Amino acid sequence: MNAVRVIVLGASAGGVHAMLTVLHALPPVFDIPLLCVLHLPDNRHSHLAEVLRRRLKRPVREACDKEDIGAGIIYVAGPGYHLSVERDFSLSLSQEEPVHFSRPSIDILFESAADAYGPGLLGVLLTGGNEDGARGLARIKQQGGQTIVQDPGEAQVATMPRAALALHQPDHILPLNGIGQLLASLEAPEC
Amino acid sequence: MTIERNTDIEIRLLIEAIYLKYSYDFRDYSGASIKRRIQHALRQFELKTVSALQERVLHDPGMFMQLLQFLTIPVSEMFRDPEHFLALRREVVPLLRTWPSIKIWIAGCSTGEEVYSMAILLREEGLLERTIIYATDINPSSLEKAKQGIYSMHNMHLYAENYRKAGGRGELSDYYTSAYGNAMVDGSLRDNVTFADHSLATDSVFSETQLISCRNVLIYFNKTLQDRAFGLFHESLCHRGFLVLGSKETLDFSAYSGTFQALAKPERIYRKS
Repeated sequence: MNAVRVIVLGASAGGVHAMLTVLHALPPVFDIPLLCVLHLPDNRHSHLAEVLRRRLKRPVREACDKEDIGAGIIYVAGPGYHLSVERDFSLSLSQEEPVHFSRPSIDILFESAADAYGPGLLGVLLTGGNEDGARGLARIKQQGGQTIVQDPGEAQVATMPRAALALHQPDHILPLNGIGQLLASLEAPEC
Repeated sequence: MTIERNTDIEIRLLIEAIYLKYSYDFRDYSGASIKRRIQHALRQFELKTVSALQERVLHDPGMFMQLLQFLTIPVSEMFRDPEHFLALRREVVPLLRTWPSIKIWIAGCSTGEEVYSMAILLREEGLLERTIIYATDINPSSLEKAKQGIYSMHNMHLYAENYRKAGGRGELSDYYTSAYGNAMVDGSLRDNVTFADHSLATDSVFSETQLISCRNVLIYFNKTLQDRAFGLFHESLCHRGFLVLGSKETLDFSAYSGTFQALAKPERIYRKS
């Protein structure tokens, strides 16, 4: 199994609670960077990063354009812009058309990160009310990365996990607690 | 894995071909976004491979112009990010007044919404008469729309709301006439506007300016090309001139970060130091 260099995480309806449950399980020191897309209304300001930072007591930032991905940091995509990973492992923003009515789109983050990290990427798709993320997760698998889908039976809204399962067989189908434990057990690569 | 690898190779070749044949330089655009846009174009043109697209583009300039519409992203609004225009009005206008004549460069003006927003603001502040605005873009059809200044009425409610939040002194409807579902912008707003084809990737500085606004353009460039653009802006701006960026763009990761000071950081207004 390849060492996980980066984790990408996507969620929509019910996503804040689900993300918090997963991320609460992480040990105090957790070096693997996390990039998150949570569908948000397209208004200009979001307090998601702030809320997560307060609740998790970890470094959480809204991703900036051309920022290098740093160890131990959780990046969230801000509203109104897609978030991508470039081949030089920096972040980039764009205002292309929404995907599945969403900007930021989970597919866009997942697909670009899959291209950049290949087997070093772990993708996690949680609860949500549309099909965004399914194609991106399949791409992660196709590029040699690992994938986890939240157990649709447990998900607050099962559409998103079900869409992912319809496209590919993930490495793991787990409830939120199991996802948290699995992430916690990952070791950051030696740098 | 192989298919993806082939696509990456083909995209590089296509971009190189476009540069050699048409002198449009996308070589230092952000890779992730350009890949998606080319793949989007492939689906629209119903072509199977990027190589097939390359053949069409090389042999048919009309096809290139069609592809160019996919490669550039004409997303714009009037008074987009109103707090940004409010900060311009409050922080920058009082300083702009101190110059006897003002030159403003709107780089990557797309379909013109930013240009007319700026012109309205300047008119309300009594500065439009002594200002020259250079509005540049690489996409000729966007420039054509910008010159016409005709926008769908459908969007005007949002723009009017933006205008109010941006500290507008009247009503946005004072600046356009409506007909057939469209809003036609008051032509006198562009009396002092020069629309021109200019590329931040290949062209050089054409004038000294007091203010440059380049919003949501640089996010599509990689760091190398961003630095080229910042270099042009630095060269064009006069001593203590203003640089205005999009709400998610920053000088922080650029080689030029030390050569500008933030005047209003949340609104992305910088000043040449």
